[in-house]
Amino acid sequence: MFFILKSDISILEALGYSLLGIAIVFAALLLLMAIIKIQSALMSKGKEKKPAAAAAPAAAPAPAAPAQAKPAAPGSAGEIKLYDVPDKTAAMIMAIVADTLKKPLNELRFKSIKEVK
Amino acid sequence: MSSVIDILSNLWFDSGFSNLFTDWRSLVMIVVACGLLYLGIVKKFEPLLLVGIAFGTLLTNLPGAGLYHPELWDEVIAHTKGYGDVLREGGLLDILYIGVKAGIYPSLIFLGVGAMTDFGPLLSNPKSLLLGSAAQLGVYCAFILAILLGFTGNQAASIGIIGGADGPTAIFLTSKLAPELLGAIAIAAYSYMALIPLIQPPIMRALTTKKERETKMEQLRPVSKAEKIVFPIIVAIFVILLLPSTAPLIGCLMLGNLFRECGVTDRLSDTAQNALMNIVTIFLGVSVGATTVAARFLTFDTLKIVLLGLLAFCFSTVGGLLLGKVMYKVTKGKINPLIGSAGVSAVPMAARVSQVEGQKANPSNFLLMHAMGPNVAGVIGSAVAAGFLLALFG
Repeated sequence: MFFILKSDISILEALGYSLLGIAIVFAALLLLMAIIKIQSALMSKGKEKKPAAAAAPAAAPAPAAPAQAKPAAPGSAGEIKLYDVPDKTAAMIMAIVADTLKKPLNELRFKSIKEVK
Repeated sequence: MSSVIDILSNLWFDSGFSNLFTDWRSLVMIVVACGLLYLGIVKKFEPLLLVGIAFGTLLTNLPGAGLYHPELWDEVIAHTKGYGDVLREGGLLDILYIGVKAGIYPSLIFLGVGAMTDFGPLLSNPKSLLLGSAAQLGVYCAFILAILLGFTGNQAASIGIIGGADGPTAIFLTSKLAPELLGAIAIAAYSYMALIPLIQPPIMRALTTKKERETKMEQLRPVSKAEKIVFPIIVAIFVILLLPSTAPLIGCLMLGNLFRECGVTDRLSDTAQNALMNIVTIFLGVSVGATTVAARFLTFDTLKIVLLGLLAFCFSTVGGLLLGKVMYKVTKGKINPLIGSAGVSAVPMAARVSQVEGQKANPSNFLLMHAMGPNVAGVIGSAVAAGFLLALFG
């Protein structure tokens, strides 16, 4: 028949190799999944411990809680991609959005500005 | 006067034009090369690689150019000649091809891929790894079908890996197991990767219900910098110890990722992502294209490979989607099965397709970051599948 040609391995062998192959891929990635879960659990535990240790000495002086000023936002909030939009226009658009949302410009993150033609 | 005619006649017989019509297959391959250039340049099918491959195809099939000698490589494979002989006797493309045969280019491409990949979505949802495994189904289905069609075990393994939808892995494995099929397999792999937005959506719609496609997924948890730094180190140790044959690919992938994440090698990360990646892409594309010599490429086997490659992609998509459906049921509708199809590597094209299909079903659906998890898991999955096949047939 046209389709069934002679190969150096039989179809049964091929089936066996395939089952073994997919089982190995699953086993490898399952183990990797378990490792990632353990890693993230360990790291989140470490994180929880750190703030607890930092909070302990702070508790001792117990100063009168002053009205905490909001910390200034960092100067940069990522990079923006401009598609057919000049810098000046982009700056104007970002300023308008910040003003409309009543948020400081450096607390907003613009990913891209594209001119719709 | 007669000497002038002799000179002109010698010039004619030395030129490629005189030999161009002696073998019609060279002419066909020149047309094929132009067709591939059209697909790369006009249709933008994976242009960064396809343009190089197509031009390599053109150069190798121009009679008299002598840039690539398949018979020389036959002797290298038979161990009667070595790389030193290639350097002495070979043409430009023979010399560039050493990088493919030695597995250097695919590994360096993986270095760049690692430097460009954010494993954050995978770390925040490790279950994605299961979808990346299920989407390797096509590798083994195509392998069985290739055996049925009469290919040898080595050739069938190389054809099957097209289903991993990962070009460098396919080239790496084929150059080791069945170098005679390299051109056809590379062209099939990259062409189908470019066609993913056409191949996957009908399968996705056929295998999922509208309700499943509309599923909105919860926001991913933030991943700490430390987790991202430790991840490539752990994966390299674990996967390479498990399957040492994956060392070149996984080692380079994870080294590139460590450059990206560790925060102290920004210059190296930048070089791996841009300059190195671009240089290797040129060498890889042109030298893979060079293997499509007419006498060896224009065979019925090439047509079979093209068909099997398509089936491999389809089966891989089906595998990812079916496990996605199982996860949808198990999690009581928390996982959108559409992200399963992104398990076929092809980063980030397959994830984009999941996003587009998800948004078609529910315009407020944003699946891209969720689909990136299975997508990058597919890269690891296809490298593991290739490592298994290499250990079996290498």
